[in-house]
Amino acid sequence: MSKRMVQFSIYRYDPDKDDAPYMQDISVELEPTDRKLLDALTKLKAKDDAISYRRSCREGVCGSDAMNINGKNGLACLTDIDSLKQPIVLRPLPGLPVIRDLIVDMTQFFKQYHSIKPYLINNDPPPERERLQSPEDREELNGLYECILCACCSTSCPSFWWNPDKFVGPAGLLAAYRFIADTRDQATSERLDNLEDPYRLFRCHSIMNCVDVCPKGLNPTKAIGKIKDMMVARAV
Amino acid sequence: MSIPVLKFDAVIVGAGGAGLRSAIQLSEAGLKTAVLSKVFPTRSHTVAAQGGVAASLGNSEQDHWTWHMYDTVKGSDWLGDQDAIEFMCKKANEVVVELEHYGMPFDRTDDGKIYQRPFGGHMSNFGEKPVRRSCAAADRTGHAMLHAMYQRNVKANTQFFVEWMALDLIRDEEGHVLGVTAMEMETGQIVIFHARATIFATGGAGRIFYSSTNAFINTGDGLGMAARAGIPLEDMEFWQFHPTGVAGAGVLITEGVRGEGGILRNSSKERFMERYAPNAKDLASRDVVSRAMATEIKEGRGCGVNKDYVLLDITHLDPATIMKRLPGIHEIGLQFAGVDCLKEPLPVVPTCHYQMGGIPTHYSGRVVMPKDGDMSSVVPGFYAGGECACASVHGANRLGTNSLLDLLVFGKSAGDSAVEDLKAGKAHRDLPKDAADKSLARISAIDNRKGGANVHETRLAMQRTMQDHAGVFRFGDMLKQGVSKILEVEKAARQLEIKDKSMAWNTARTEALEMENLIEVAKATMISAEARKESRGAHVRDDAPDTAEFPNGRNDKEWLKHTLFSPVDNSISYKPVNMQPLTVEPVELKTRSY
Repeated sequence: MSKRMVQFSIYRYDPDKDDAPYMQDISVELEPTDRKLLDALTKLKAKDDAISYRRSCREGVCGSDAMNINGKNGLACLTDIDSLKQPIVLRPLPGLPVIRDLIVDMTQFFKQYHSIKPYLINNDPPPERERLQSPEDREELNGLYECILCACCSTSCPSFWWNPDKFVGPAGLLAAYRFIADTRDQATSERLDNLEDPYRLFRCHSIMNCVDVCPKGLNPTKAIGKIKDMMVARAV
Repeated sequence: MSIPVLKFDAVIVGAGGAGLRSAIQLSEAGLKTAVLSKVFPTRSHTVAAQGGVAASLGNSEQDHWTWHMYDTVKGSDWLGDQDAIEFMCKKANEVVVELEHYGMPFDRTDDGKIYQRPFGGHMSNFGEKPVRRSCAAADRTGHAMLHAMYQRNVKANTQFFVEWMALDLIRDEEGHVLGVTAMEMETGQIVIFHARATIFATGGAGRIFYSSTNAFINTGDGLGMAARAGIPLEDMEFWQFHPTGVAGAGVLITEGVRGEGGILRNSSKERFMERYAPNAKDLASRDVVSRAMATEIKEGRGCGVNKDYVLLDITHLDPATIMKRLPGIHEIGLQFAGVDCLKEPLPVVPTCHYQMGGIPTHYSGRVVMPKDGDMSSVVPGFYAGGECACASVHGANRLGTNSLLDLLVFGKSAGDSAVEDLKAGKAHRDLPKDAADKSLARISAIDNRKGGANVHETRLAMQRTMQDHAGVFRFGDMLKQGVSKILEVEKAARQLEIKDKSMAWNTARTEALEMENLIEVAKATMISAEARKESRGAHVRDDAPDTAEFPNGRNDKEWLKHTLFSPVDNSISYKPVNMQPLTVEPVELKTRSY
């Protein structure tokens, strides 16, 4: 990589002064060490301090800097700048209300996450030491617990766009299955009851956008499929 | 201008590991608690911790908390307070088992217990050989822990104020802490949180350095607020440089890599740690390993075109083990070094990682400061835990996995102490009339200033100064220059200007406010480092070299004491190290070697 100018087209909207959102064309010179899209955004912000986005860990574990990058959801800190076609078009995550520029209101997303009771339920008195779990049982949680709640998946899902208030969405359902799959959790049937609804679970039509965009390589569709299987199994 | 006042029993600032752990205590005790965080809780920097949390569970081999205590005292280069260290090591099993009960997905041993791996400086039988003490969830322990604690708080109905930035600590004339002022980032609105107990869990300030493993949000907000309220900062010269940050990117590579068998090599592929730490080798304490690496690089045995990094090699390990125990590292290698660590070694350099000092606290989590001749007088209503606090358990150098333990133990004890004090039933003290004035004035100055300093440039100037003048190796004259340079930067940092004037999600304003906190930390660090004329732990000076009289440059006769930096007049005072544990015999002073 070398020094280079990179062209951007960025979604801008400041509710304090803009009547409507617009796309701003802007370019920035990057150093050889600027590798990721977040590095470029940092440079852009040094030029124009009003460009607004969330960011924190810059290594793909906190989930702050999710955005729509050339039409696909992803994390700015994990996206190689030089892999992107220019001008690089940056928009806020689709389907959620925009607060400002690339910052969306995530209330609905977290409401759905909270609706699945995202915590271990085990009503036995806690033992003196750890509860035992075999390595095989623990392995069932792999691909589930690593979710960073960035919302790339849910905001790429047409079913979530149409019914964000009724459909739990891929992130929330992945979390639901994370607890169902945990041998220490005792609330499986309660959790299935909670999702037994034409919208909450069954609005997933296996379009698999969630799998395509997940920056952690997780597979919510598979987890949702397993919940559906359990629903069917207990119905017969 | 009238500022809205929200009344709570307790306000917790920060929702990383320490804040969430405190919140569990308060919420489950039924107290009305507000938790403020600049980011959604699971985005706090605890999420980035990788390798594990220390506890002498003894799941794979014999272990004991007194061995852990010995290692921690030795790791601290005897600057840690032994009462606090005993308290922490003894509590470790309890707080780790609690996490498991909360649902944390620890890896497991074949018999179903929590998986434990070796880690730097953790040894069995008082320093004999490495022991498996680090309780891990693959290389995502912080993530698994933070999510489990957030989830527990959801269960406990904790009230969160997400994306609120605390601005200033409110103290009355008698010095009691009465809460904080805070800004809702979405609207720019300022509110007073009036509380009977205020707990700071604001994390570290690694962003004072140019090259750091820390997140953007680690801007020392708690330290800045404490300093502006006249509370001294303890042991700020001690910063940990983690041996293995990805060269160039700064992203952390866990010490767990070496715990699983990884080896550091120089340009001639030599396992150089054998020369520096014949016993513990690659699993010596972090300060020792970082200095060895910096020495290799300085002496021309670094790798790459510029010979400016060394290699972390795990290509000899079973790929299946790597993918099972270190999957995140494999991902980081590909993402930030362009290296597949199954096939090639990773380029690494010592990178600023952790602040050993902070707001002075007692091991109960209560904040203490000098008053009327008492060096450790309790500041009523004020508590702190985690990286922002200095109990002091890490002293001059923290052991890996003791940070997650610190935030659990002291997050919990700060919460417990607050509950205890609140149940003793004192009413809210009256707010001073000018409770919000300082915050309003700061914001108005930033919003309205013309011809002031640019935030981005001021931050860069600070980071370069800290990097060049207060790095892994320190030099007397460079520290002196560093002090005058950082005081120059401070002038700019007090005259910041922003172009963005919006009330909505104004990140330019947030960054300016953060810069005002960062500079307090940078200044405390540089002045404290210049003042300490010895080498100890992570603080190593060329004018305090290794001699027969002062092995490793450590001078216990003059410098076995904690630094207290007073932000009021940039002065330094000292207080004694507590060498007396709670129930066991003290760990006697001795020369530190691994």
